Amino acid sequence: MLKKIIFQFLALSLIFTYSAQSAESGGMPQLNPEFWISQIFWLVLTFGLLFIILSKFILPKISNNLETRKSQIVENIETADKQREETEKKVREFDKIINDTKVEAKNFFNSERQKVLDDVNNKRLSLEKDIEQEIIKAEKEIGQLKKTSQEKVTKIAIETSSDLIKQLIGEDINKSSLSAIVEDLSKKEMEKYNGI
Amino acid sequence: MAANPMYQFNVYRIGPEIKINNIDISFTNASLFMVISSLAILIIFNLGTKRSIIPNKIQLLAELSYSFISKMISDTAGSKAKPYFSFIFSLFMFVLFCNMFGMIPYSFTVTSHIIVTFVLAAFIFIGVTIIGFIKHGLGYLKLFVPSGVPMVLLPLIVVIEIISYLSRPISLSVRLFANMMAGHTMMKVFGGFVVSLGIVGGWLPLGFSVALTGLEILVAFLQAYVFAILTCIYLNDALNLHH
Repeated sequence: MLKKIIFQFLALSLIFTYSAQSAESGGMPQLNPEFWISQIFWLVLTFGLLFIILSKFILPKISNNLETRKSQIVENIETADKQREETEKKVREFDKIINDTKVEAKNFFNSERQKVLDDVNNKRLSLEKDIEQEIIKAEKEIGQLKKTSQEKVTKIAIETSSDLIKQLIGEDINKSSLSAIVEDLSKKEMEKYNGI
Repeated sequence: MAANPMYQFNVYRIGPEIKINNIDISFTNASLFMVISSLAILIIFNLGTKRSIIPNKIQLLAELSYSFISKMISDTAGSKAKPYFSFIFSLFMFVLFCNMFGMIPYSFTVTSHIIVTFVLAAFIFIGVTIIGFIKHGLGYLKLFVPSGVPMVLLPLIVVIEIISYLSRPISLSVRLFANMMAGHTMMKVFGGFVVSLGIVGGWLPLGFSVALTGLEILVAFLQAYVFAILTCIYLNDALNLHH
């Protein structure tokens, strides 16, 4: 019972104080025109100053910054592109130089090799020719020698045999018959010697 | 006194009473927060004007806001609205900073007063109307006559269009004012519940209060954005008459 009374008292006092406060302040302070002029004046002043300072000093700087950044970025990209192109060109040039050098070296090597080979060939050919000539000459000499030696041997044989017979018998023999015999013998011997 | 949720909207004089020709223009708490908001905007954006190619955080903030609003204007009002960029930028920043400073406990929300938002909206309305008449002459009145409407409906449509045009400053100002006032009142009411329900039952309204704070920060940004974008749309109507 006591609890109920206290609760009711509290609730009522709360309601009363609330309504009293509302009456005192007069509802919405927004609709109280006491400071309207002051608010308008200060709004115009602060907002006007804000607008003027922003539009005259601050915003142009920001837009300028943005512009310069944009243009700088574009410029940088352009330079980067240009430099990349240049690099590619240089790389291509470098490759070309290397290729050219390789080809040149190959050509040089080939031509030098050819030259050396030709030289060797020429020398060999001339040498072979010389050798052949020498051989032919030698063969000719040998042939002549053969011929002359046979004749000489036959002559010597005839003379020695005629001398021998003169000493043995003491008289000259017909030289022509002697030479015929010697030639016949020597021919046989030569055939045996030559292996024919 | 602080238990009254409307108490936070009270305007009171700070310092001496200033009167010019019997008109009271004293410095009040509302004036104080207008000055604080403007100074904060100026300081932040002045710090953001450093000339460096790689921006620091404040510069990045300033430049992102710049491009955000620039994009918003060009999207809604086209390239013809470029000369009004500074105004819309100042407007957006002013409303945003006033809303955001209002979120600090024991501070004052400038935009929760109908007179402030109405002056802004009326200025925009008058300015846009003047721009429209300068750009198109009397042809601006074609705004009230949409194309492709049957002749029978035309008188009705024109009346509706005129009413909707004239209600623009009211809707613009009331939208911002009511949003700010309602949000702050709600927060105050829930804060009062936390105190009156005490340590036992106060946790639920406290949770609501925390959630409402997040919501109110969102609303503070959103209302500034809506205010600015509606200004852009009205400007678009005045600049590119395509009815």
